[in-house]
Amino acid sequence: MLKSLFIIFFYQLLGEAIQKFFAINIPGPVIGLILLLLSFILFSKNIKQSKRIIKEISLTSHQIISHLSLLFVPIGVGVVMHINYLGDNLFKIFSIIIIGTLTTLVFTAFVMEKIINLEKKNGKRR
Amino acid sequence: MAREDKLYKIWVYLQAEPLFWITLTLGAYLVGDYLYKKSKLNPLVNPVAISILIVSSVLLFLDVSYDRYFEGAKFIHFMLGPATVALAIPIYEKRNLITKEVKPIIFSICLGIPFAILITFYLGKFFGLSNEMILTMIPRNVTAPIAMGISELIGGIPSLTAIITIITGIIGASLGTFLLNVFKLKDMSARGFAFGLASHGIGTARAMSKNKTAGVFAALAMGLSGIATSLFVLIIIKFLI
Repeated sequence: MLKSLFIIFFYQLLGEAIQKFFAINIPGPVIGLILLLLSFILFSKNIKQSKRIIKEISLTSHQIISHLSLLFVPIGVGVVMHINYLGDNLFKIFSIIIIGTLTTLVFTAFVMEKIINLEKKNGKRR
Repeated sequence: MAREDKLYKIWVYLQAEPLFWITLTLGAYLVGDYLYKKSKLNPLVNPVAISILIVSSVLLFLDVSYDRYFEGAKFIHFMLGPATVALAIPIYEKRNLITKEVKPIIFSICLGIPFAILITFYLGKFFGLSNEMILTMIPRNVTAPIAMGISELIGGIPSLTAIITIITGIIGASLGTFLLNVFKLKDMSARGFAFGLASHGIGTARAMSKNKTAGVFAALAMGLSGIATSLFVLIIIKFLI
């Protein structure tokens, strides 16, 4: 538990440092995610103990991830408390968000499902 | 009188402590989660939306400022970073599934992101928003720190972008499942990917809580769309404005 927490925090720190150093537009934790993923792929073949460590991190991370939604509550409360910042445009903005988000969602899922099905068909023919 | 005085003193002490606000947030989330399970996982009964409403009502009722609340809630907020890094593990575990779908992933990003940008732009024009407001809204489908960066780059208002981004996440997470069902889109990787692309981390959290494959594709889409939007937005904006 402690070891895996250390590894996760360490990779976030690494990500934040890289983000600051190179002034990249990608958030530190996302860079940390990419680095951790790359490390897994690299080390899993070369280091014997890596399997045990990955398993340990897996347990810890699943515990953190299983309540991912909870972590958005503080920032969500901030939005409610500052909603007047949107001013007179509130209704328009909400309409755009609702229509825009839901059409994007359906469009993307539709495109992806179509292509996956196409690939499956092609795969069968081969 | 003396007793009320004592109660008041306890309250004054407690509300200045982080513990009170952490407990409130956890409690509100448990209530939301309980109602969500009680409703047989009805997507409209979204635990995040419910807990946000409970906490906000308490703050408004007690006349407590957000800054005071955040003094405690920041400890929960802090875990967002490590949780994002931790998403590497489910992605690693499902890596074979991802490498199998490389073509669909690339196509969906290259079509989905321009779609997201254009629909926001044209809806903004349709509703008669100012150009500055439209630019503020355009990056709303990617994770908040990236969205704010893009907003600043193209001439929007980053702090408003943050608010709009979070609302986008909550709307997508609470209404998305319902709409995908209406259109009979059943593929779990496609559904997850759409959640991550259209409503970033909050959509990913939602997908992850329902199905691991969907969650992994959502996390992947969240990362990719952050990068792709930064690239696409600059090209598309040039043609539009």
